[in-house]
Amino acid sequence: MKLRTVLFLIIIQTTNIIGQNIPVVDFNKLEPLLHQKDDKVYIINFWATWCKPCVKEMPAFNQLHKEYANKNVQFLLVSLDFGNNVQDRVQTFIETHKLTPKVIILDDPDGNSWINKVSPNWSGAIPATIIYNKNNRMFYEQSFEFDELEKELQNFLIK
Amino acid sequence: MKKTLMIVFLITLAYVGSYAQGYQIGDPVEDFKLKNVNGQQVSLFEFEQATKGAVIIFTCNHCPYSKAYEDRIIALDKAYKEKGYPVIAINPNDPVQFPEDSFEKMIERSKEKNFTFPYLFDETQEVFKKFGATRTPHIFLLNKSKGKFTVEYIGTIDDNYKDETLVKKKYLADGIDKLIMGEKPDPNTTKAIGCSIKVKK
Repeated sequence: MKLRTVLFLIIIQTTNIIGQNIPVVDFNKLEPLLHQKDDKVYIINFWATWCKPCVKEMPAFNQLHKEYANKNVQFLLVSLDFGNNVQDRVQTFIETHKLTPKVIILDDPDGNSWINKVSPNWSGAIPATIIYNKNNRMFYEQSFEFDELEKELQNFLIK
Repeated sequence: MKKTLMIVFLITLAYVGSYAQGYQIGDPVEDFKLKNVNGQQVSLFEFEQATKGAVIIFTCNHCPYSKAYEDRIIALDKAYKEKGYPVIAINPNDPVQFPEDSFEKMIERSKEKNFTFPYLFDETQEVFKKFGATRTPHIFLLNKSKGKFTVEYIGTIDDNYKDETLVKKKYLADGIDKLIMGEKPDPNTTKAIGCSIKVKK
């Protein structure tokens, strides 16, 4: 893992413990987190506080995080919120919904330059989710119920 | 062996056929007729101002990415209507899931913002499916030639939903300019973050 990525991950960890100042990143900073080559499984969800189907599936991510965080699965919720006081709004949402996975804000409005790098199958609509490990990768432009999401994750844990 | 290959070929064909949804670049567009906020039915083929083409924009009231583009959509309509490429906005969302996207709220919004273009309600959700729209806003730029509309550009308006003053690439306006010059939009496809279209359950 590159030193920069390590430092970035440390920053994310620390800030979430403190519970303030959610990191705001551009796609260049996010991209390494979509391509980790270790033995973990990564679940990355693109969402926004104003997106109803995104909000609806948050409990599924929360529950999955509780059950699998100590089973070599890493979670990241990438918020596409924007506007005034975006960090405060997302922070309030995290507290109200008691979100446990890590959250970062992706501030990179030129989606055309990076959406295909997340997945060529992504039209740009949210919610969207990636599950990957060093061997496999799945992309989903849909919202999940817990059972469905767990089933998809388990495919990666067996392999 | 030949038989097996043929079967594989047919299965692949069936799969590709069922997978490819919505209009692709170059496809002819069928007519649609939807209810406008003024209560009248608007048909693409009968829309008088669409002399050279049309800018079909799937958008809605509630979505922040759509709201961020409202003023730019009005400006585009004003600039290109005279040149034969008027905007036709269509709300594809199920108002049961988003009451803010109801027909009544559409009327309110179009009055508040003084929309200069039709704002149609895709109540049966057949039109957005035919186009293959997946998000709001989602743009389909059509060119009209010999009385037929074809899709020439699919994607976003520009490269910055957050801040118009920071826009570097005006994909849609540049695309219309190209059509006016008798050329093809380049790029002819772009992507942007948007709200998923709320399909009826």
